[in-house]
Amino acid sequence: MTELTLIKRKFGETSRSDTWWIQPLVVFCGLSAFIVYTTWAAFQGEHYHHGPYLSPFYAPEIFGNSEHSWFGAKPAWWPSWAPFSPAFLILWAPAGFRLTCYYYRGAYYKAFWADPPSCAVGEPRKGYRGESSFPLILQNVHRFFLYFALVFVLLLAFDVWKAMWFDDGNGGKTFGIGLGTLILAINVFLLSGYTLGCHSLRHLVGGFLDRLSGAPIRRTAYNCVSCLNSQHMRWAWMSLCSVACSDIYIRLSSMMDWTDPRILF
Amino acid sequence: MATAKFKVWRGDTDSSGFVDYETDVSEGMVVLDAVHQIQAEQANDLAVRWNCKAGKCGSCSAEVNGHPKLMCMTRLDDLPLDKPVTIEPMRAFPLVKDLVTDVSWNYQVKKKIKKFSPRPPDFEDGTWEMQQEDIDRVQEFRKCIECFLCQDVCHVLRDHHLHDNFVGPRHYVYTASLEMHPLDTEDRLGDLKETDGIGYCNITKCCTKVCPEHITITDNAIIPLKERVVDQFYDPLKKLFRIFKPKE
Repeated sequence: MTELTLIKRKFGETSRSDTWWIQPLVVFCGLSAFIVYTTWAAFQGEHYHHGPYLSPFYAPEIFGNSEHSWFGAKPAWWPSWAPFSPAFLILWAPAGFRLTCYYYRGAYYKAFWADPPSCAVGEPRKGYRGESSFPLILQNVHRFFLYFALVFVLLLAFDVWKAMWFDDGNGGKTFGIGLGTLILAINVFLLSGYTLGCHSLRHLVGGFLDRLSGAPIRRTAYNCVSCLNSQHMRWAWMSLCSVACSDIYIRLSSMMDWTDPRILF
Repeated sequence: MATAKFKVWRGDTDSSGFVDYETDVSEGMVVLDAVHQIQAEQANDLAVRWNCKAGKCGSCSAEVNGHPKLMCMTRLDDLPLDKPVTIEPMRAFPLVKDLVTDVSWNYQVKKKIKKFSPRPPDFEDGTWEMQQEDIDRVQEFRKCIECFLCQDVCHVLRDHHLHDNFVGPRHYVYTASLEMHPLDTEDRLGDLKETDGIGYCNITKCCTKVCPEHITITDNAIIPLKERVVDQFYDPLKKLFRIFKPKE
């Protein structure tokens, strides 16, 4: 191998004269705000449902106090000293999916680790192991989080269906569409665009093959996923915002006991 | 005629730095034109590698205002000329002189990648049958002009100098063009993981951003290769599937 004599650049050293720091700063602020809000919302353990609406941070509600709970209230085996919130039981799946997502990895390596701060800008650290060894080699579990994420999208879609059935005041249910229903439906649409455009899914549905011409269903699936994948960053950010907005809407509805605008049939 | 200021990197491995120049610029000029003008009028010994002036030979790679670019494809109209334009050699390779770097490391690396190994011919005349849609995917990778701007901007080479452990985006594109070829039978996944260091790539997409041929390097070459490596080495379900899959 050629003996290479190269000069090590200092942190932030660059000849770039453009505002290269804006994009990592926006990513840092955006992701930080989401993480802080999500953590706060997950620890609340209340105001996560209102009527037929269930916050996506708490869906599916495996154990909990609302009418949406699958198996009733807090389980007896939960340690008495530990705080409980239904969100603790499920948030690891979507969080793991986003944490190991190829788009987010590239974005937060830049914004949080400055590795690199931006393209052609000097880095703060000398050592580098990338994703070739522990701990970042664990990013390879992304496809397993994808499997969970696909199930979650289906469950959230079912929650949209349930969000169309409102109490009629006589102990029964009446079909309708409320503002909350629309917000939850848009959220599922954006989450579907993000999840179905996943790089791992693109590989699993057909990318692993060298010849797709003999597999028309795989070819169609591969082309559809590739189409969504080309805008993966946009889907990632829009779905991130929609999840937070859905929770905020339901939380405010519950705290103020709103009856939101709705059309009942 | 307007003039513009340039800061051009001059020198060799012993001593080098920016030297200021000022030269006339006119409509339609590219950075390489300005460099040639400076070379002709003010610095006859200025070393610059170039060939086609059409963005197809990949020779005139450099860093213009800190961005890895082909000098022949960077119009002065697109640069802010109220400030000096900086022109530097690529930073991921050893400097030879002025704007010329030694990129021979890339050719040595390329030789080590397992060559194209097609399946036996489909017909007696030694030819194969392929579908265009199967070739389309690797066709994108064949647009590469080996300008090595992607190698230059990759922080694993540029900042961490891991040339012995990591082959860089250009060679992942080359590997993808072979590995995804519908006729190829060679297995390069072990090399990708061990000697080619694909795990070092942390998907910053800088390579994709600088590619003058607009090859979607990260999404279409590197990540699909990473996923194939996951299939082979990190996915226990796939391993189980391989164990129980009937032999062909």
